[in-house]
Amino acid sequence: MNELLELRDVSVFYGGRLALDSVSLDVPHGAQVAVVGPNGAGKSTLFKALVGLLPLRTGEMLMHGRPLAEYRDPVAYVPQREEVDWRFPVTVFDVVAMGRYGRGRWLRRLSSGDRDTVGRCLERLAITELAQRPIGELSGGQQQRVFLARALAQEPHVLLLDEPFTGVDIGTREATLELLAGLRARAVTVLVSTHDLDLAAGRFDQVALLNTRLISMGRPQEVFTQEHLQAAFGGQMVVLNGRTIVVDQCCGGHGPEDHPAGHGPAHEREGSSGGGDPR
Amino acid sequence: MIAWLTEPFALGFMQKALMASVIVGVVCAVLGCYVVLRSMAFLGDALAHAILPGVAVAYLVGANLLAGALVAGLIVAVGISYVSRGGAIREDTAIGIFFAAALALGVVLISTVRTYAVDLTHVLFGNVLGVTATDVWITGALAFLVLAAILLLYRRLLVVSFDPILGQTLGLRTHALQTGLFLMLAVTIVISLQTVGVALVAAMLVTPPAAAYLLTRRLPVMMVVSAFIGVLSAVGGLYASYYLDVASGGAIVLVATAIFLLAFLFAPGRGLAWRLGRRSAQPARRGPRS
Repeated sequence: MNELLELRDVSVFYGGRLALDSVSLDVPHGAQVAVVGPNGAGKSTLFKALVGLLPLRTGEMLMHGRPLAEYRDPVAYVPQREEVDWRFPVTVFDVVAMGRYGRGRWLRRLSSGDRDTVGRCLERLAITELAQRPIGELSGGQQQRVFLARALAQEPHVLLLDEPFTGVDIGTREATLELLAGLRARAVTVLVSTHDLDLAAGRFDQVALLNTRLISMGRPQEVFTQEHLQAAFGGQMVVLNGRTIVVDQCCGGHGPEDHPAGHGPAHEREGSSGGGDPR
Repeated sequence: MIAWLTEPFALGFMQKALMASVIVGVVCAVLGCYVVLRSMAFLGDALAHAILPGVAVAYLVGANLLAGALVAGLIVAVGISYVSRGGAIREDTAIGIFFAAALALGVVLISTVRTYAVDLTHVLFGNVLGVTATDVWITGALAFLVLAAILLLYRRLLVVSFDPILGQTLGLRTHALQTGLFLMLAVTIVISLQTVGVALVAAMLVTPPAAAYLLTRRLPVMMVVSAFIGVLSAVGGLYASYYLDVASGGAIVLVATAIFLLAFLFAPGRGLAWRLGRRSAQPARRGPRS
């Protein structure tokens, strides 16, 4: 497979400390990669560097062999819900339409083609009937769908999803996974940060295990070994009777209400064989 | 009644005061929507005080006061934008230092002038009844420029204010846009000097948009409603000033504050009265947010 995204020796400072330390990785075209690691591992920092929001201390990021900065347009980023100002007076339609604003559409009216695209994206996330609602009135899951629809409307080559499975209802979780399956057909490259290691192992081609440095990247069964998990999670991990249990405190400071039943913060993983199929 | 309404504006200086106040009421109220949504109220207040030395220098050398204020305002706007970019000092700290220093410099400069007390009062609290025809023209032209920029940059400012990360991914120069917003703010504050003065301009930037926010659900509507409230405050304030013989700048701000309080109490769905009413009607659950 040809490499789409290449990171070479990337270091980034964030919040006064080294949040990413000489990370090098290759993402093949159309691959779906789960980015996992403990809190403060640099997952969000990695995404923010990819969209050009944080400057690189060292290293370079290439897309199709050329500097990523030249390509900025086709990278879409879905932020964590806490980073959005939900009191802002915009409707669901307004937000999704923002996905069409690039490419010289800052002044012109949106074309009928643009409106069709927005309509289709609303439909795919099943939020058409919410189009005229202010975003502040939506539930957490609906809010996430709005941002997924907007990312789709951007028609990106690379899609970055920051913690899309945290604090959402089962329906939104399934809708997100369905969307990812659909994007696979269109060869959109997807990077998803998540605390859900089961999901990372089961639904993604590749896993990047991060803890400031890149611990390991590859197919889930290659990455999720006891040794790698120990390196990433350290004190948050215990080995009981040959089973490795990762106790991952998700997203610091949130109450348990943010974790609906079914995908809580604790994950169990077979680790005794040192790298067998984790499923 | 008609006579009561028209009587004040038979006077030439009152006509000019009305025009200047309405223009300022509209520009402050529209640009103020971004000030409120981006939590820039402190910055607006600081910018207003920071232009005082410009006014003082212009006064000392006999230049146009508006021009002096404008130069000072632009310098400070760019300065704050630059300092806040580095991140070594927190933005609000930088603003606080800048604004106190500039205010002190202004006071020192103005105190070298003999008619110190009167002139300083005019700068601090406005002197809308002393507006000249030239002032009205300059105010109108600058207001037109700011409103045109807000209209032309509407989508860019919307995206950068709501979601700067999206702005970045769509190739917007977010920092340049922020500086642009600061510059518009500086110009708006300068043309508000004569109407409400340095001390009260922040109220005109914040109060009408805050009221409009409670009454609307979308930014374009919020801007229109805010402008309407700004005009209402300007006109109402001038009437109060004429018939009650009180300071016009203060009267304008108090009318705006009264409108805000009405919105805060009675806004459909969001006002205090509504929320209390709903709580007593249906005590169980409230709000769809998870």
